[in-house]
Amino acid sequence: MSLVTATIKRDLIIAARNPGEWLNPLMFFLMVLALFPLAVDPDPKFLSKIAAGVVWVAALLATLLSLDALFKADVEDGTLEQWLASGESLYAMALGKVFVHWCISGLPLTLVAPLLALMMNLPDDAYGALFFSLLLGTPILSLLGAVGAALTAGVRSGGLLLSLVILPLYIPILIFGASAVYHAGIGMDYAGQLGFLASFLCISMTLTPFAVAGALKLNLSR
Amino acid sequence: MTRPAPVDQLNRFTLHCDLSAHDVSCERDDRILFEDLSLSVKKGDLIQLVGPNGAGKTTLLRLMAGLNQDFDGEVHWQGENIQSCFQDYARQRLYIGHLSAIKKVLTPLENLRWFVSSWPEVKEDDLWQALEEVTLAGYEDVPCQQLSAGQQRRVALARLLVTPTPLWILDEPFTALDKAGVEWLEAQLARHVERGGSVLITSHHALSDIPALRQIELGMHK
Repeated sequence: MSLVTATIKRDLIIAARNPGEWLNPLMFFLMVLALFPLAVDPDPKFLSKIAAGVVWVAALLATLLSLDALFKADVEDGTLEQWLASGESLYAMALGKVFVHWCISGLPLTLVAPLLALMMNLPDDAYGALFFSLLLGTPILSLLGAVGAALTAGVRSGGLLLSLVILPLYIPILIFGASAVYHAGIGMDYAGQLGFLASFLCISMTLTPFAVAGALKLNLSR
Repeated sequence: MTRPAPVDQLNRFTLHCDLSAHDVSCERDDRILFEDLSLSVKKGDLIQLVGPNGAGKTTLLRLMAGLNQDFDGEVHWQGENIQSCFQDYARQRLYIGHLSAIKKVLTPLENLRWFVSSWPEVKEDDLWQALEEVTLAGYEDVPCQQLSAGQQRRVALARLLVTPTPLWILDEPFTALDKAGVEWLEAQLARHVERGGSVLITSHHALSDIPALRQIELGMHK
């Protein structure tokens, strides 16, 4: 077994033994969607109008919440140093780490989002669009977020810095993701938005691991 | 302590150590740590870097291990710059830093399994034997957070028994070990150089019993 697959397996085991780590963003997502109708106008028509945007913003912020810890523990306990010492491709490592992150953050969000969208009275036609836009969109959020997490892994309170670095990059994903769901809700075609998300996913999957690898190397060569 | 035979079998090296630093200089925050330092580690060498805190021992160790590229001069493995043959080099040397890279929620066995995943020739049985040898028999399935600091260090050091590398680079390996542990590690170092391996080590611990020992003192620059 190579170090990359061993690391993926190990990180999944760690996540399984530390459920708080990945349940926290999921709980946040649930709470936002539960509280929103209480705080704003509970009129179903109004809710169904804003549902697409609210679900997407909540998913984005929940992802952001889980990013801070992505590389921090590995930098602090020397795991990253061992990666670097192993001579194996940091590119593959970065992809592996992001994959695990998506499995424990983006994937559960995508799976529960259609259920929670019921509370926001999402239009019936929009559920498919919501699921697929999140399925394509959340891995992009993990990939882009990993760049920020790698850059700030050595900083003591990097959470704020991470949000500042990453949030501007998230905006296009949010716009296209939410607009796919909104357009589906009013009965329009949303293939274009999903196409954009898919192509952005391909680009970020090929390019961001380079940035992550570079940032991690920078963090360790001190 | 008697040592089981199969682990020993594994430690027949395919290659002998030939690591050399040529005129390396390193500066940190406008302070020269060492200048034009040349050093070679050959078969059967045990080299201890000594010097006061902050003298640059860890820095030199890390650049010899290929983890730090921020220096002048060159480090060669088998006559080739380590950066151009890093993967081959990484497979032939074992680096244990002062951060142990132990994951607290995993058991010693799971941690060890991850450490050796770059060496597919290492068998599962060897891991059990190695843990037994570092007196952790019976703790194989206990999460590392329930072990003492010294026991966690033993998990990290158990790698010395199972990874078939001729060169060991160890940064303060005696930290947190008890008296028996220190004796055991000294015996391992002596045995490793006897069978043709090489060790590059930083330690404040006196290693005077081992005949092959050479000391290099850092911290002469002001």
